Amino acid sequence: MTQETSSVAVLDAEGISLKSVSLWNITLRRLRRRKSALIGLTILAILTFIALTAQWLAPYDPYTPLIGIEDVKAREAPCIHALGCPPSKPQHILGVDGNVRDQFSRLLYGARLSLMIGFSTVTFAIIIGTVLGALGGYLGGWIDNVIMRLMDVLLAFPSLLLAIAIVTVLGPGLINALLAIGIVSIPAYARVVRASVLSVREMDYVSASRALGGSMTQILFRRILPNALTPLIVQGTLGIATAILDAAALSFLGLGAQPPTPEWGSMLGAERNQVFTAPHLVFFPGIAIALTVLAFNLLGDGLRDALDPRLAHVS
Amino acid sequence: MTTYILRRLLSSIPVLLGILFVTFALGRWIPGDPCRAILGEKATDAVCDEFIHRHGLDRPVHVQFGYYIREVAQGDFGRSFRFSKSVNELLVERLPITIELSFAALFVSIIVGIPLGVISAVRHNSWVDVLTMLWANIGVSMPVFWLGLMLAYIFALALKDTPFQLPPSGRLSPGIITVPFYEVWNLPLQRGTFFYGILDFVARMNILNSLLSLNFEVLRDAIRHLILPALALGTIPMALIARMTRSSMLEVLGQDYIRTARAKGLRQRVVVMKHAFRNALLPLVTVIGLSLGGLLGGAVLTETVFNLSGVGRILYDAITARDYGIVQAFTVVIAIFFVVLNLLVDISYAYLDPRIRLD
Repeated sequence: MTQETSSVAVLDAEGISLKSVSLWNITLRRLRRRKSALIGLTILAILTFIALTAQWLAPYDPYTPLIGIEDVKAREAPCIHALGCPPSKPQHILGVDGNVRDQFSRLLYGARLSLMIGFSTVTFAIIIGTVLGALGGYLGGWIDNVIMRLMDVLLAFPSLLLAIAIVTVLGPGLINALLAIGIVSIPAYARVVRASVLSVREMDYVSASRALGGSMTQILFRRILPNALTPLIVQGTLGIATAILDAAALSFLGLGAQPPTPEWGSMLGAERNQVFTAPHLVFFPGIAIALTVLAFNLLGDGLRDALDPRLAHVS
Repeated sequence: MTTYILRRLLSSIPVLLGILFVTFALGRWIPGDPCRAILGEKATDAVCDEFIHRHGLDRPVHVQFGYYIREVAQGDFGRSFRFSKSVNELLVERLPITIELSFAALFVSIIVGIPLGVISAVRHNSWVDVLTMLWANIGVSMPVFWLGLMLAYIFALALKDTPFQLPPSGRLSPGIITVPFYEVWNLPLQRGTFFYGILDFVARMNILNSLLSLNFEVLRDAIRHLILPALALGTIPMALIARMTRSSMLEVLGQDYIRTARAKGLRQRVVVMKHAFRNALLPLVTVIGLSLGGLLGGAVLTETVFNLSGVGRILYDAITARDYGIVQAFTVVIAIFFVVLNLLVDISYAYLDPRIRLD
């Protein structure tokens, strides 16, 4: 099936192949027609750029308090020279936080952390989930039963709650929070992979491969798993959004990234009691989280539609 | 139907056992001495020896697991060193607050989400549709705790001294006292009985209690306090419900029998509400059921932001105090609650769609 769908030949009137179009070309073409996916992709491109260039874009160091360096007070409101802030005062376009650090610089560095959190937890979950799902689906029998019941158990907990319980035991910290979020998101990927494996396990081309003497790993990785790639990409993109939200929530509760790490959730958590006196310190990190999550959600939805063969006529 | 329910009940037993196993394993994972992790650093050696023996912690692991299952089955979750109360007492005190909040959030998300989804499907591709879906996308992307803080800022500070001002924390205004409905009714009750426990549990939900005791001043105040947390917690499920209603309605509206209904000359309202909506409801049951799990997780954040002393808030306090016993007990209780909810969703699904029972 992979061979058939991953490249579609474009035929002319006589049926002679002109050029082959890969699944990725089709997807990209369809993706380009979806405004929402394009918006998501654009936001992500900007975020990636910010994450990669934070050290040059940031006007200040995200960790160093400005006490004694500049004449600013803790939690000072944003000061933008172009908007009438007196030039005698130093410019802090998003204000200064409770430890007298430039909020804008911290927010820029936060992009780096958030993307890292999203990608690393999802990669971890996809690797473990794929192995478990593929083994369960391919081998069947009691192995499948044990794996899938284990996944059911993980799904039986509200995900944030299980993550909280795991971090409480492992101890607070960014790495433990990532591990916890990774663990609770494994079942989604295991299920996707297992379903794909089951749907093609008995297909003729797989039997042919087996008859030709292909080893189990070869059949799994070369013949079966490529079929799971499409749903995994969609699930993974949406999963990054959830992971970033959950990580922010854990950090907000003090279980994830610890101060002075410029993580959006923990920045928000540190200043949450100041929402009435210094709302800018709560407002901007939240906007940053929401924008990032929105971008992954929009892209994930767009990818799902673009990769859906039932919508082939749209392209 | 009975066979289906029985089969579904049986199939949830392994999941329940798994939940117990996971929470048990988490409890054993705690670094260091389990006794001092649960009872606190100040526990003496004698107290610890007694604790270890009573919980079978000096026995082999599988025996320990047996002890643990027995304790949970008997509803004995131990005591909290931090609150110096039994976990059960804490549950009876705190769970009603979380249940009230979750249902208020669910109520908000359903009464806003479903109409939005229906309108957006009926006016497919119109500006209403575009705006609704934009809102739905933004809604699922906002962190609950941030939305809560922003709502508190807007309604408590920015709209101060306007009719829209709402309280940003707590459950009742100072000075407003709520009397349990069983006292208003003068019921002859004995403290400590099971029946009393249940009535007390119900009486702790302010809205239900004030309705039962016809105290409208408390009712008004309780609702005003619940609006912001319910909005914050309900936004994500609201967005999910609106999206699901829309796609489900779009699918149903394209069916032949809808065209037939239109061809018969039925009014649009009848076609949409009677023919389409009832059939589009099915997938919604699942989304609503699944949302409840998210609500329970989100309650931890919402209660922390709005200072509501529910299960979520106590979990937060327990986490900061490293009170593992409470975290473990509450995780088990909420997970079991979640499994039962999913069971109810499945059963109602089978009730609504007879085809499922035959699978």
